Amino acid sequence: MENGTDYKKIEKTAKRKKTVVSTVTYVLLTVWAVIVLFPFYWMILTSLKSYGAYNSEYIPKFFTLSPTLQNYADAFTTVSLGRYLINTTIFTVVTTAIMLFVITFAAFAFARLDFKGKNIAFLVFLSLMMIPNELVIITNFVTVTNLDMRNSFPGLILPSVTSVFYIYLLKENFEQIPDSLYFAAKVDGTSDLKYLMKVMIPISRPTLITITILKVIECWNSYVWPRLITDDENYFLVSNGIQEIRENGFGRENIPAMMAAVVVISVPLIVLFLIFRKKVMEGVSRGGTKG
Amino acid sequence: MNKKKLFDSSLKGWLYLLPAMLFLIVFMVYPLIDVFIYSFEEGYNSASQTYFGVGGYNYSYVLHDPYFLQAVKNTFILVIITVPLSTGIALLISTGINSIKPLRDLFQTVYFLPYVTNTLAVGLVFMILFKKTAYSDGLINLLITWFGGSSVDFIDGPYWAKMFVLCFYTIWVVMPFKILILTSALSSVNQEYYNAAKVDGTSKFRTFMRITLPMISPMIFYLIITGFIGAFKAYSDVVALFGTDLNAAEMNTIVGYVYDMLYGDSGGYPSYASAAAIILFAIVLTITCINLLISKKNVHY
Repeated sequence: MENGTDYKKIEKTAKRKKTVVSTVTYVLLTVWAVIVLFPFYWMILTSLKSYGAYNSEYIPKFFTLSPTLQNYADAFTTVSLGRYLINTTIFTVVTTAIMLFVITFAAFAFARLDFKGKNIAFLVFLSLMMIPNELVIITNFVTVTNLDMRNSFPGLILPSVTSVFYIYLLKENFEQIPDSLYFAAKVDGTSDLKYLMKVMIPISRPTLITITILKVIECWNSYVWPRLITDDENYFLVSNGIQEIRENGFGRENIPAMMAAVVVISVPLIVLFLIFRKKVMEGVSRGGTKG
Repeated sequence: MNKKKLFDSSLKGWLYLLPAMLFLIVFMVYPLIDVFIYSFEEGYNSASQTYFGVGGYNYSYVLHDPYFLQAVKNTFILVIITVPLSTGIALLISTGINSIKPLRDLFQTVYFLPYVTNTLAVGLVFMILFKKTAYSDGLINLLITWFGGSSVDFIDGPYWAKMFVLCFYTIWVVMPFKILILTSALSSVNQEYYNAAKVDGTSKFRTFMRITLPMISPMIFYLIITGFIGAFKAYSDVVALFGTDLNAAEMNTIVGYVYDMLYGDSGGYPSYASAAAIILFAIVLTITCINLLISKKNVHY
């Protein structure tokens, strides 16, 4: 009898302790979620406030009763936001497409073909993975300037169409495809190229999609190289565009219009992320670095 | 016949590699050699492409440049504050995520959002939140005065205030990657260890210190090493907050110094830029080696 009540007491305190711990956990997680989400909320909110309303608020309000889309219209008419978006789309699509082509062939050579000097070549490739971008960007800047490719798409695109890391990732994936498939195809008289196209690429589709998504994110956010290589507004990407808007566009104080531009720039990637959530997170944990 | 066949297949292999090799040679191998050459050419003139002599003057110029020293100081402060702090908070949050069931997916999705946003764009939002203008003190200052503090301009104000915003924004930006890695590391720890500890009546804290931490220590060290490397290369988030004229804002970083030397109003000195970039590379390499040495002693694989 006495023992029984004791157990109940212990159980009760244990249960209470558990509730406290899990409450604290949820509170902590919510606090960080708010810190993450708040800037997004603030940019959407500000982009919906009218210019006059925003500037008359000495104490910023946390909501607005008279939302307006005027800022979005301004973002597209006053500055060339549309141009920046088109440029970035072209840059992203072309860079990613060329890169996929280049890395697929290189990964195929390393994974499937036998040739003289392959091991040494692979070793050299691997060692290039350690070279930081900052070290080579100086000469690339001079090279592209000398080739007269500043303010042009080739100048923007060409230096970033290879990635040793993605070659490595894809090669590992290609190597998991059983050799017997290859020999069967050889017996049937299939050429290497056809084998690559009809067998290896379809099997490795998940990895290729992951690489594509990571590259798209990288391209959409790239800032340093485009800034070095373009000073003609017609070739600005969104990052440079936003910097330009901040320093010269709209008149310095039209913050609602700036925020509208920020929302427009941020939406495509966020939508892409929400659609391919699993793929993006899996891909980043396999091969992403940022920070 | 056989020899010819071998030659053919070798040729084919190299042919498949050719595009990648061409791009890598032009945009990576050649620049890598060239940057060292640049850094030793004294008095290089980018207009006439001539130089006076060969030696270490560029390095000594850079090392004596007050802007560079300021940039080094800023970068080191940023690294020392953000790397331990972001790793620690990420560990705390990941442990939290791992211990809950409902809403777990939602939290994970939300936490990942900063990864897929444009650093420059969201930096602008942070600037507005922290900035004090003639029209408004800004939201953060409003909160500070609510809690009885006095407002301060975080963007154009005192040095420590600017450094605070920079560190805060940097942590905000690097967190998704760390949380993602640590959450998956934590969930892959074998559940049997925990059950054994439970049977022994081990306290939660002790379990965490003795089982969880050692089990995920390789991932923590991986994050610390990549964190150091990433923070030493900080640049675009600084631009996002303080604009492109970083020297005037006293907020330049080493990478920012390199680009300023190369291009823009103060640019046109690829030799100085090269020397600074190589110094940066040397610093990062040294720190990474130290990290690896420490990790060898402390990490359980």
